[in-house]
Amino acid sequence: MKPLPHALVATPSLDRWIRLTGDGAVIAFTGKVEIGQGILAALGTIVAEELDVARRRVQVVSGHTGHTPNEGVTAGSMSIETSGAALRQASAWARCLLLQRAATRLGVAEDNLTVADGEITGPGVNERLTYWNLADRPFGFEIRDRMPEKATSAYRLVGRDGQRRADILAKATAAAFVHDCAAQLHARMVRPPSLRHRLIELDVDVAAPGRLVVDGSFVAVAHPVEFEAERLAQRIAGSARWLRIGSPPEGFDIDESRRETAEAFPLRNGVPSPVPRRQVATTHRAVYRRPFLMHASIAPSAAIAVWRDGALAIECSSQGIEPLRQVVALVLGIDPDAIEIRHVPGAGCYGHNGADDAALDAALVARAVPGHRVSLKWSREEEHGFEPLGPAMHVEMGASLDAEGRVSSWTHDAYGFTHVARPSPGASGVDLLSARFLAEPFEPTSPRPALGPEVGIHRNALPIYSFPDQEVTKHFVADAPVRTSALRGLGAQGNVFAIESFMDELAHSAGVDPVEFRRRHLRHDPRALAVLEAVLKSSGGLTGHRGLALARYKNRQCCAAVVAEVSVDPETAEIRVPRLWIAADAGRVIDPDGLTNQLEGGAVQALSWCLKEAVSFDADGAVTSRDWSSYPILRFSEAPEIETVLLDRPELDPLGAGEATVGPTSGALANAVFAATGLRIGDLPMTPDRLREAAAR
Amino acid sequence: MIRFRLNGEAAQFDDSERDMPLLYVLRSPAVGEMTPKLGCGIEQCGTCRVLVDGEPAYACTLPAGAVEGRHVETAAGLDTPVRRALIESNATQCGYCLPGIIVAAEALFRANPRPSGAEIATALDSQLCRCGSHPRVLRALLEVAGR
Ligand code: FES
Ligand code: FES
Repeated sequence: MKPLPHALVATPSLDRWIRLTGDGAVIAFTGKVEIGQGILAALGTIVAEELDVARRRVQVVSGHTGHTPNEGVTAGSMSIETSGAALRQASAWARCLLLQRAATRLGVAEDNLTVADGEITGPGVNERLTYWNLADRPFGFEIRDRMPEKATSAYRLVGRDGQRRADILAKATAAAFVHDCAAQLHARMVRPPSLRHRLIELDVDVAAPGRLVVDGSFVAVAHPVEFEAERLAQRIAGSARWLRIGSPPEGFDIDESRRETAEAFPLRNGVPSPVPRRQVATTHRAVYRRPFLMHASIAPSAAIAVWRDGALAIECSSQGIEPLRQVVALVLGIDPDAIEIRHVPGAGCYGHNGADDAALDAALVARAVPGHRVSLKWSREEEHGFEPLGPAMHVEMGASLDAEGRVSSWTHDAYGFTHVARPSPGASGVDLLSARFLAEPFEPTSPRPALGPEVGIHRNALPIYSFPDQEVTKHFVADAPVRTSALRGLGAQGNVFAIESFMDELAHSAGVDPVEFRRRHLRHDPRALAVLEAVLKSSGGLTGHRGLALARYKNRQCCAAVVAEVSVDPETAEIRVPRLWIAADAGRVIDPDGLTNQLEGGAVQALSWCLKEAVSFDADGAVTSRDWSSYPILRFSEAPEIETVLLDRPELDPLGAGEATVGPTSGALANAVFAATGLRIGDLPMTPDRLREAAAR
Repeated sequence: MIRFRLNGEAAQFDDSERDMPLLYVLRSPAVGEMTPKLGCGIEQCGTCRVLVDGEPAYACTLPAGAVEGRHVETAAGLDTPVRRALIESNATQCGYCLPGIIVAAEALFRANPRPSGAEIATALDSQLCRCGSHPRVLRALLEVAGR
């Protein structure tokens, strides 16, 4: 039998997960939060299914310290797998306990009772009896072992088409985001030019009539009128003088000197290990790179905070309210129990962006104006300039082919900076932007290599293919020139881009069709073969200017194959992607439309990264691409038509999919560009300049 | 007081706010219309889109005084086939870009009730979406166009 879901072991009390309210509603509690992917809708469907109630009865309450289960951070495409499994099991228990109550009240055997939309019927049941008639007291029950769950063959909601997200109407027509919450004071930050600058002078008079908050190099201003706060912040910025401290970064590339000083961790059983890298002879080599990328949320980060009688209440869109609470407490020097954090949706979040930082900023301002509800919002310039960046990567591939056109040896060396710098209570430093600027500063954690399976730089560095001899190595570069952290997929995008580009190159060298070449190395993996065949069928195969790539996210979650079709303008050298096909196996499908939405969103975002995006810097390490024209993203007329096929596996557990397509889309694009032009672009983004350079070589 | 109409209803704001960007005035407690969002403040993303007398405008830069005596429409007031189609087909992810997209699409459909796919995409190029909802927004709007 399967073990109990982790989250239930941590929070066994059933009342913490499921509550029935008198008006015929069910409240489900989750520690996971909505980061713009419709996750709460899917969790609600799981609960409604297992409890046998109508979907509309279930409301999901999420992310509120002290009120919802502590489920850590919402990341890594794990919410359905972890919180979904916990809520399913909790709902199965709730159903069972309610039926026991019914059986006792009716004096009948529990086995004879059935439930439809919370109404209990059975032989000899004459009165109308519902769950809510039986919910006069809490469950008072601790989950210690597994309750058998509803057979998936009996599902009537999960996996069905036509599920609607109830949150969309409000988002389209009303106040729905943390940015929209009412406040008594509006605050804006006055930022230094870069992380390396500190304040030396400020004209405090220009801040009047606003409330100026200065703590070391942390400068903010608050005013009851939002636009006034903004104007004042600009005035103060104009008067501030800053000094660069320390030395400027030594370039931004993962150049030879950085690669030579990197710590090498060959993977052993998937785990980075402090052993010497095995020398493996290879005859084919290639290098693939990506630049620093931004999350570039469509909304600048924002948070609300109020400080009252030594206690702090924060509303923010952090992915990890529980660790955030601990770290904010540390910075403010107060007891974590004095802080309450409630998650309120922000705009789409694709990893560790400025949401946590804004929460600390709001808290620092709120502390200076006790009793006032403060709304602190970043500017667009600040968001682009100060969010933690998705780290650059440098991946070196090597392989040899045997006489039959198979890979006989394979090396993969992934170099890069940390992908893991979320604020965390156990860390050696404080990973919140403003902490380093305070009069009594908290330095950020010195980056350390993540040594678990499938994290950071080596996520998806292990190929999905089976090769007779392979050496896959993580190379950790400690001295990142800029602040980096988790961006959708972590290392998976760079690694899968490299693996799948290289597989195409090898197929070409071997004179074998790229599809056939992949099949040869995938015989051990029927699920991967199935998505491969599915995408070939839906797209009609690799005709014309098309490329293919596939991967299984983290080598254990959703398996996705992508075919991209490109057209390259002979005049402008611009690459367009008119069409894209996706096939994915994410285990049991909860909400087909929601899953499709996630897969397609990841694909579009990856196209944007690969075609257009690169962060630029000045010599001090300050981001210079601080708006949408210097950091362009894919627009509507550049977006592909996408056709997605889902391979439902009702008998298997559902798998997270929010990050599954970023790698395969990147590889499919590169391979399609090769099919169209004969040019292999290893350096992202594939801009017209890059294409021209490659053509000139 | 500066008077204007907001989604068909009378609305007003103080004279002193004449030079403020319309977005800030709409979102102020006095008016309380939170549907248009701030995304960039410099006419680059379209999250602040509104219609002024039927014409699309960037509320983040338009001085509020410019709407005196005119009709401002936001996504909240546009209960139209365009909005219904986008909502009913879950044509968004986080939804932050959606109010602006509804406004831009509505402006297009008023001028051209049966736009082609290319016309829809071009009309929406003023609107950024970071979640990658583009394909489903375009699919939903093509259906409204009956194509
Ligand atoms: S906020 Fe007006 S265009 Fe971005
Ligand atoms: S749906 Fe999130 S920005 Fe468009």
